[in-house]
Amino acid sequence: MMISFRALVRKDLLLFLVDRRALLMSFAVPIAIGSFFGYVLGGSGGQANASKIPVLTVDQDHSAISRGIVTRLSEEKALDVKPSTPVEARAAVRKGTATVAVIIPPNFGRDAGSAFFGPQQKPEIGVLFDPSHTAERSMVAGILTGDVMQAVSKEMFAGRTGREMVKDSLAQVEQNQHLPAEDKKPLEDLLRSVDRWNQQVDRGAGPGLSRGLTVPYTTREEAVTARQNIQYNGYAHAFAGMVVQFVLFLGIDVGIGLLQQRQRGLWKRFRAAPLSRGVLLGSRAVSAAILAFLVVQVNFLFARLIFGVRVEGSMVGFLGVSAAFALMTAGFGMLVASIGKTPEATRGLAIFATLIVVMLGGAWIPMFLFPQWLQKLTVVVPTRWAMEGLEAMTWRGLGLEAAIVPITALLLFAAVFGALAMVRFRWEAEG
Amino acid sequence: MLQVDALKKSYGGLVAVDRVSLRAGAGETIGLLGPNGAGKTTIVAMIAGLIRPDSGSVHIEGRPLAGDTDPNKRRIGLVPQELALFDELTARANLELFAALYDLDGTAAKRAIGEALELVGLTDRAQERVKNYSGGMKRRLNLAAALLHDPQILLLDEPTVGVDPQSRNAIFDNLEVLKRRGKTLLYTTHYMEEAERLCDRVIIIDHGKVVADDTLPGLYRLLPVTNLLAVELVDGQDGLRLDDLLALPGVRSAKLEAGTLRVGVQDLATETPRVLQWLVERGHLYHHVASERANLETVFLTLTGRSLRDA
Repeated sequence: MMISFRALVRKDLLLFLVDRRALLMSFAVPIAIGSFFGYVLGGSGGQANASKIPVLTVDQDHSAISRGIVTRLSEEKALDVKPSTPVEARAAVRKGTATVAVIIPPNFGRDAGSAFFGPQQKPEIGVLFDPSHTAERSMVAGILTGDVMQAVSKEMFAGRTGREMVKDSLAQVEQNQHLPAEDKKPLEDLLRSVDRWNQQVDRGAGPGLSRGLTVPYTTREEAVTARQNIQYNGYAHAFAGMVVQFVLFLGIDVGIGLLQQRQRGLWKRFRAAPLSRGVLLGSRAVSAAILAFLVVQVNFLFARLIFGVRVEGSMVGFLGVSAAFALMTAGFGMLVASIGKTPEATRGLAIFATLIVVMLGGAWIPMFLFPQWLQKLTVVVPTRWAMEGLEAMTWRGLGLEAAIVPITALLLFAAVFGALAMVRFRWEAEG
Repeated sequence: MLQVDALKKSYGGLVAVDRVSLRAGAGETIGLLGPNGAGKTTIVAMIAGLIRPDSGSVHIEGRPLAGDTDPNKRRIGLVPQELALFDELTARANLELFAALYDLDGTAAKRAIGEALELVGLTDRAQERVKNYSGGMKRRLNLAAALLHDPQILLLDEPTVGVDPQSRNAIFDNLEVLKRRGKTLLYTTHYMEEAERLCDRVIIIDHGKVVADDTLPGLYRLLPVTNLLAVELVDGQDGLRLDDLLALPGVRSAKLEAGTLRVGVQDLATETPRVLQWLVERGHLYHHVASERANLETVFLTLTGRSLRDA
């Protein structure tokens, strides 16, 4: 019995190795796509390669304040700032070559300064944005707020324009008959105090507020990964996703292969031999699991050698998740064979189903982007557990305990798929 | 000894095989002859254990065949109608796999593979991938794959479908060798020429039922005549009275079709001169005379009222 079992497994491995298309789909394609997505997702240098947001600035004011705003925006690491004109900026945003355009209108510096201390109407900064990048728009708006506050306050407290404006504002307040007395007095006191402060600074009596108002805190950012000094590796997620997808495609091929064997009369030859059903389907499942495990390991080995993707967590856990996923894939392949009737009709449906579970498993886009209800629903999707397990053991660097749940879930899926396949499989050859 | 008793198989309302029984002894070649869809493949599938019959039984050497793992299945070799081979593998790799299905490996497998390749004449091409083989070579390898475990009974389901005459003859030669070795061959075909050449006994199947089961001479005895005299008349049939012709002693049948008169006679040597003289005396000249033997086509036609090819 073992001779036939071994021979059947060996046959499947041999057929895989001589099938160029299978090799291409299991190794070359996932590596190519994984490499591309890995690069796009930040590569192996943390966020170093993350693309900057393209921002255009249109300075129609040319005041000290507007120049200060543009300078500060240009110094932001997350932004790629270039000067432009109103017409070009609008066209660029429409085409999608710029995500946001900031238009500083004429007299902005003067009006912003007036509005800084007084009740004057606030000037508007035009913000043109690409509606497909709302998140980036919000980010640029936040940065712009801080930069405008700093630029305006610096000019108001330390710049020539600001000093003149303080004096003008004080004169206006003093002459304003409509301002309530309870407001007028404190406002006059404030402006006189600022004026005195400016004079004191001019005499060299103090450091002054040469930088204007500043954000009263700084941030210390740390990407939480496996250990200190371990950077997030975008390739880890990308390779996990692609491996999950293409290993499932391998599972489909296993199922389709069985249907083709039936169509080509090979199944008759197998069934004519004194072999149990367990040997016939079991050998196919074992060979499928071996191939799936091999594909996972080879792809991650490539990612390790070329992109530095490491198993930062438990190696035993990583191997366990790989093995459980491989068994689940084998069960999936058997299920495809048991449900399908002809290879032609089955392939399209199986690929469609696979793409759905791959998508829901977070292999394409991170699952946190899904709505909450959908995230909860994915517990019934086996690929979710494969992704969770592989990511936990690679860049997240978690221990073996974090692999237990994914392994258990995947084994459960493998058992259910296998049992369904055994029940539904059409053993009898057509007459 | 293969013994099949009252096998029956239905698919929904369609009775594919209806209480079919047969016997086949050592060294005997039995032909299952019938048109496509007659139920021949289903019968073979039930004997090989691929399909569970609704009723009836299969006994090999007196023991009933039961279950997937019945060791009795080792006595059977199946040559499916399809080319049941892995095109991507070499012929030898294919045979190694099929030998292993019967727990043959190592020296035993090597010897069995060598003998099978030798028999079908593919020893020199054993290391080639099957996809490079011609259709005839694939058919021969298909046969070789069923011989590795040296089965006593060989089930051959239309083993020459789609092959050229040369390859067909090669396969017939192989089968005759196996027959001489005492193997029992059960051969399904819808080609009467194959059944006539190979089979000691022919079982005619139609609509899942056994219509006749006999040796070739036995089947021919079912016919009203065993010889036909075909006379191509010069002037057609003007004035030809078939009733008068039928009144001649030894004439069993007479039929005129498209200027050719077919006369069924019991004894060709005696009746031929008499018929020809009768024609000349009545002014019916002819320009060609030929004799035809009755064949299985005639038998099938006589028994079912339909031609094998039309059925």
